[in-house]
Amino acid sequence: MKIILLAAAVAFAGPALAADPAGLLADYQADARKVDAAFAASAQRGEQFFNARHGNEWSCASCHGASGAAQGKHAKTGKVIAPLSPIANPERFADAARVEKWFKRNCNDVLGRACTSAEKGDVLAFLTKGQP
Amino acid sequence: MRTLLAAALLGLAALPATADKPRLPPNPTYKAECGSCHVPYPPKLLPAQSWRDLMARLDRHFGSDASLDAKTSEEISRYLAANAERRDAPPGAEPRITETRWFHKEHDQEVPATMWKSAAVKGPANCAACHTRADDGEYSERTLRLPK
Repeated sequence: MKIILLAAAVAFAGPALAADPAGLLADYQADARKVDAAFAASAQRGEQFFNARHGNEWSCASCHGASGAAQGKHAKTGKVIAPLSPIANPERFADAARVEKWFKRNCNDVLGRACTSAEKGDVLAFLTKGQP
Repeated sequence: MRTLLAAALLGLAALPATADKPRLPPNPTYKAECGSCHVPYPPKLLPAQSWRDLMARLDRHFGSDASLDAKTSEEISRYLAANAERRDAPPGAEPRITETRWFHKEHDQEVPATMWKSAAVKGPANCAACHTRADDGEYSERTLRLPK
């Protein structure tokens, strides 16, 4: 039973993910290196990705603001969204399941597909830029 | 014992009816999952069937992917079904609270059309723009502040 549960957990989560921003960034980077061995997460690329539209109506910044460090506002409902950057909001990127749930939803809205680990790593590098 | 129970049940049943505007503190899971992109709309504002219709297509929820894992979805569906009250289902495959007769009756006279479109409000889905405690399911008149 324990083995089945463990197998199910591994299958569900894909790569086992850390529960803090630095650990998550390292995990996404490691996963991206399976595709491109030279990959290194880039805050600059992340910033461009975050602020660009990708064929759909919204960018990440449409709801989270250009830096992700300030309070955002839902583009449609006007609902206030707490800052996304973990520097401004320690609750962010502290729960791998929550992070993956929102990447799944929001990447689907913004790109019409799932984000790659490389894209997630870049965005996280951007959102944690300057963090010691 | 039976009398006590009956009294307790009656007391419970009577509570929402006696309050000024029935207030239901949102279920924590519902608030966390559904209250991130919009206020956790009170379940009583739609009929159970409308909530079922919405929950059945969360991956295409008013143009947005709001998908949930099965366990969370079941918990929220149970909560919505147990607390749904309205009988007049709004039209369409995506029923909107703001298109119920009740919503029109409550708002059409009091809220000028220009206010819905103002920057502070954005649209009628943004309850919290005026109902300052909508996040907690509190919609009483004394928590109402119209934006300037």
